[in-house]
Amino acid sequence: MNRKPFPWHIVVFLAPAVLIYTAFMIYPLVDSLWLSLNNKASSGAQVFVGLQNYGTLFSAETWSKPFWNALWNNIKFFLIHMLVQNPVGLLLAALLVTRIRGTALYRTLIFTPTILSVVIIGFIWKLILNPVWGVLNPIGINQPFLGLESTALPTLALISVWQNVGIPMMLFLAALIRIPEELMEAARVDGASAWTVFWRIQLPLIFPTVGIVAVLTFVGNFNAFDLIYATQGALAGPNFASDILGTFFFRTFFGYQLQPGDPYMGATVAGVMLLIILVGVLIYLLGWQRRLQNIQF
Amino acid sequence: MARPRWPQLLAIHAVLIAYSALALFPVLLVIINSFKDKLLIFSAPFSLPTTQSFTLEGYKTLQSTANFPAFFLNSLIVTGGALLLILLVSSMAAFALAEYEFRLNPLTALYLSLGIMVPIRLGTVGILQLAVDLHLVNTLWILILVYTAQGIPLAVFVLTAFMRQLPKDLKDAARIDGASEYRIYWLTLPLVRPAIGSVLAISMIPIWNDLWFPLILAPGEATKTIVLGASVFLGQFVNDYNAVLAALTLAIVPAVVLYFIFSQQLIRGITSGAVK
Repeated sequence: MNRKPFPWHIVVFLAPAVLIYTAFMIYPLVDSLWLSLNNKASSGAQVFVGLQNYGTLFSAETWSKPFWNALWNNIKFFLIHMLVQNPVGLLLAALLVTRIRGTALYRTLIFTPTILSVVIIGFIWKLILNPVWGVLNPIGINQPFLGLESTALPTLALISVWQNVGIPMMLFLAALIRIPEELMEAARVDGASAWTVFWRIQLPLIFPTVGIVAVLTFVGNFNAFDLIYATQGALAGPNFASDILGTFFFRTFFGYQLQPGDPYMGATVAGVMLLIILVGVLIYLLGWQRRLQNIQF
Repeated sequence: MARPRWPQLLAIHAVLIAYSALALFPVLLVIINSFKDKLLIFSAPFSLPTTQSFTLEGYKTLQSTANFPAFFLNSLIVTGGALLLILLVSSMAAFALAEYEFRLNPLTALYLSLGIMVPIRLGTVGILQLAVDLHLVNTLWILILVYTAQGIPLAVFVLTAFMRQLPKDLKDAARIDGASEYRIYWLTLPLVRPAIGSVLAISMIPIWNDLWFPLILAPGEATKTIVLGASVFLGQFVNDYNAVLAALTLAIVPAVVLYFIFSQQLIRGITSGAVK
């Protein structure tokens, strides 16, 4: 290749995106991770303390109790999404792909809650589930589900499922539509039922999408905040029963009631959340995707 | 696909109708009751407003206590500004990554795609500190910049995939005619219009609906977005059902109307963008 002048135009094209992205996303993330390794000395100056903050978070009574509570709640929150949202999304997609009349209309209607703000959704359900209004009393739903320790978290998870089920539905639908018609026709000619076609042909072929949906759900759930904050407040009541990592992070960073906010511990909580999400994404990339490739070759 | 037989057809319709009803009933319930007398909201929540029970009381409370038009404008500026910036800078970067072979190309692409999976919220402590240092707290600018940074990774990824598919001949013909690289970039933009639609669809909803960053970076009265404004208002007026239902209706209706108009493009955008 000929010796060319320095390609300034490449720099010009890349610079704005790289600069904004670096300044407002990567730099703050790195800065936050660095802060999590520091703390305030009694003089008020910042000192490097290594992993001490993480140790405090995991084992000091005042920190570890709310932390493990939030983590455990977050795991339950995620499991409810995996067990309800994604199967229901898949079922709806499987029904829509039969191309019965009105598919576009059903798809639009079912996706509607997904476009609304989580704050609005949270408040609507808070009103509906309020026994004072009693809209659902006729069908026997007359407990303050959001106010009881035993039911608050599952109720919030189901509200979130109700809102977000449109996303897996769309992704599964997009994948199902791509399956060549001849494949299923051939199976049907051989006498396979719709049930068999679904389990033996459609589901295995959309396996990559199952992985994408799972990892998107994982990342979304371990970084959720808005719904709980809007319906239960920053204290994620009752008695922290609906506290997840997002709300715990918010309280740690900004403080609440008598406890002042702490940027160092806040950054530490964010560091743990980052680690959890990275582990999840890596499991997906190395485990799920690699296995799929093995099947292909 | 072979059409299912009619008993099956009936069952499929029944499930889909039931689920659509479940998706819409809470929204409709709120809208209907926002126009009703307080007494009837409680005694007959499922009845439609009649001439006797019709009232705009809630909307009047709203008008006199919260500055919703200003909040709405803030949301519009932030979302519009961020989307414009995302499209501009991401399409430029995507063009460079798709068009030129240079040593740092794969590394730059990888670097920019880190943010697809890592949520920007986890850098909040650092973002707030940066905003304080730059004196950008309680400005719409900080929201625009943060949302732009949040949107860049996926936008670059989707746009690069589309730009790679463009035929080389067109661009080479333009080069022979003496067009500059910048001009060629500008000429390719209309060719990736579907991808731009995808990027708009994917980026818009999370920005418009976000509560986290407005709450932390711009909670001032002058910079409140509609979602933050609504959440504060709803918290204060918890027990005034007329006002709360009116506020919810105002927040829902414009979004739903826009969604019904553009739903086909939006849904196509989300699916094609996500599958790429």
